[in-house]
Amino acid sequence: MAVPLSTGSPAGRPAPRRRWRPGAPAVLLLPFFVLFTVCTLVPIGNAVHLSLYSEKRSGLGFGGVERVFSGLGNYTAALGDPAFRDGFLNLALYCLLYIPLMTGLSLLLALLLDSTLARAKRFFQLALFLPHAVPGIIAALIWMYLYTPGVSPVIGALDAAGVQADILGTPVPAVVNIALWEWTGYNLIIFFAALQAIPREVLEASVVDGAGPLRTALSIKVPLIRPSLAMVGLFTVIGSLQLFTEPMILHGAAPGVVTTWTPNMYAYTAAFERNDYGLAAASSVLLALAAAALSFLVTRFSGGRSGSGEGSAKATAKASARRSGKGGHA
Amino acid sequence: MSKAAVNGVLLLATLYMVLPLVWLVTAAAKNTGDLLGGRTLTPDRWHLGQNLADLAATGDGIYFRWYLNSLLYAGVGAVLCAFICVAAGYAFHVYRFPGKEKLFGLVLLGVLVPTTALALPMYLLASKAGVVNTFWAVFVPSLVNPFGVYLARVFCRGYIPGEVLEAARMDGAGELRTFWSIGLRMVMPGFVTICLFQFTAIWNNFFLPLVMLSDTELFPVSLGLYAWNTQTRAFPEYYPMVVTGSLLAVVPLVVAFVGLQRFWKAGMTAGAVK
Repeated sequence: MAVPLSTGSPAGRPAPRRRWRPGAPAVLLLPFFVLFTVCTLVPIGNAVHLSLYSEKRSGLGFGGVERVFSGLGNYTAALGDPAFRDGFLNLALYCLLYIPLMTGLSLLLALLLDSTLARAKRFFQLALFLPHAVPGIIAALIWMYLYTPGVSPVIGALDAAGVQADILGTPVPAVVNIALWEWTGYNLIIFFAALQAIPREVLEASVVDGAGPLRTALSIKVPLIRPSLAMVGLFTVIGSLQLFTEPMILHGAAPGVVTTWTPNMYAYTAAFERNDYGLAAASSVLLALAAAALSFLVTRFSGGRSGSGEGSAKATAKASARRSGKGGHA
Repeated sequence: MSKAAVNGVLLLATLYMVLPLVWLVTAAAKNTGDLLGGRTLTPDRWHLGQNLADLAATGDGIYFRWYLNSLLYAGVGAVLCAFICVAAGYAFHVYRFPGKEKLFGLVLLGVLVPTTALALPMYLLASKAGVVNTFWAVFVPSLVNPFGVYLARVFCRGYIPGEVLEAARMDGAGELRTFWSIGLRMVMPGFVTICLFQFTAIWNNFFLPLVMLSDTELFPVSLGLYAWNTQTRAFPEYYPMVVTGSLLAVVPLVVAFVGLQRFWKAGMTAGAVK
């Protein structure tokens, strides 16, 4: 924190000569925390609670519904369901393909855009970002049309060139492509902004030391923007696990995309087609736990390395040395 | 690396990003036959006027009803949400109070919770409270954005110098008055940024309305287009309307992002670098 701005002392003793009004922070914080409690904390608690119960219908369903405690029964039921496991498998394949591709592509484009050779930087930034302004459902609709043989000019062109493409028959790459289209530009902007913030002296130093553009990019620039990489990684993991809209749209056109194709779709189907809220809650909780575990791993890896990683430490040290050396003149 | 190679790769990536949008524009101007026949990337046989007329006529203009709904959910929701976030972020920046960093940690934890995992439990709570299938079921959850609070705190740190607040207090302004007349004004670029991102998020939201709403009169555009799209198998005449409707639904967002470039760039950097 740059500017300490206390109006009261930490111990609660009023600081001299300042009117301490304990009401102000409370009034400002209250709306957010009331809504946060109602729309986030309570639903989480409710989901955990629900996941521990199952509903038993007596007779033909006319006798009313009875809720019975089933412990981890819903969890074992979800994990024992091949459809749920398939959903996780699809999601795992999707993540394995999407996360490295998207991060790599947006990093590569950001580095190219940051290089002195790139032209029309503002134009490229905006054009590459534009797909992010398109709602996910509309992005999925556009690509569904572009994937459909007969409708799609792309498939038509490929056909004319003698390439048989059955994109709708391979759902994982089809969904990965939609996500790539939506998110590469967004993350590119984050990386580009971080690259632009690197002090120019550091880059000059690496040129003086004889590093080429490729070496500078890999050994200086990338380690220096590690915090941005970590943040993008974190948000990409959280976002990827929620995969729902795109496969839901493709479901209408691609027979391979079943209604339980991702864990999120499984939870939705369990709740609204099977009316099994306990199972739906349990699968939502499992998904959230997976997200928490993966986010932990991502922050752990990126955070742990940035401190001890040699390249990064050296580059940072060099940067600060250069900055303090040149500071007087500038 | 040569200049040609660098710019060539960038141009190729731009084509990949822009061509689907070009397709959307030209496809929105085709009739059912041309659209389904793949004759879409050519500028001839213009049919946009007819498609718009169909869009306005179908279901007594229900599409434009959805459009207004979206504007209401996203417009009012985004402004209110940004205000709530900035108030909280300002409080975290300006005041010291017991348990502050723990409370902020809770906010950061909220950023990590997958929102779609919340939609279902939220539906169940809403049905207990009897608000399922109402405006409020979609509107109220869209006012919460923990990441917005985080951003607001970062922005306040950058935009509001302590001396100004001290001066306001010397002049006898109360704390809330100081927030309203000084703090909020100074952090306006941050306010606009959070507002823009929240507008997009609400406009794009699909899962929550899908879970909460069954009355088509309350649908936002995203859900309405989804509903139409599921009917295209049986009624192919819906195809051009889904595509034309999609084009119209993208327009406000593209306009907002092109017009407010410096704000979203500032917002994304504030979140990423600090």
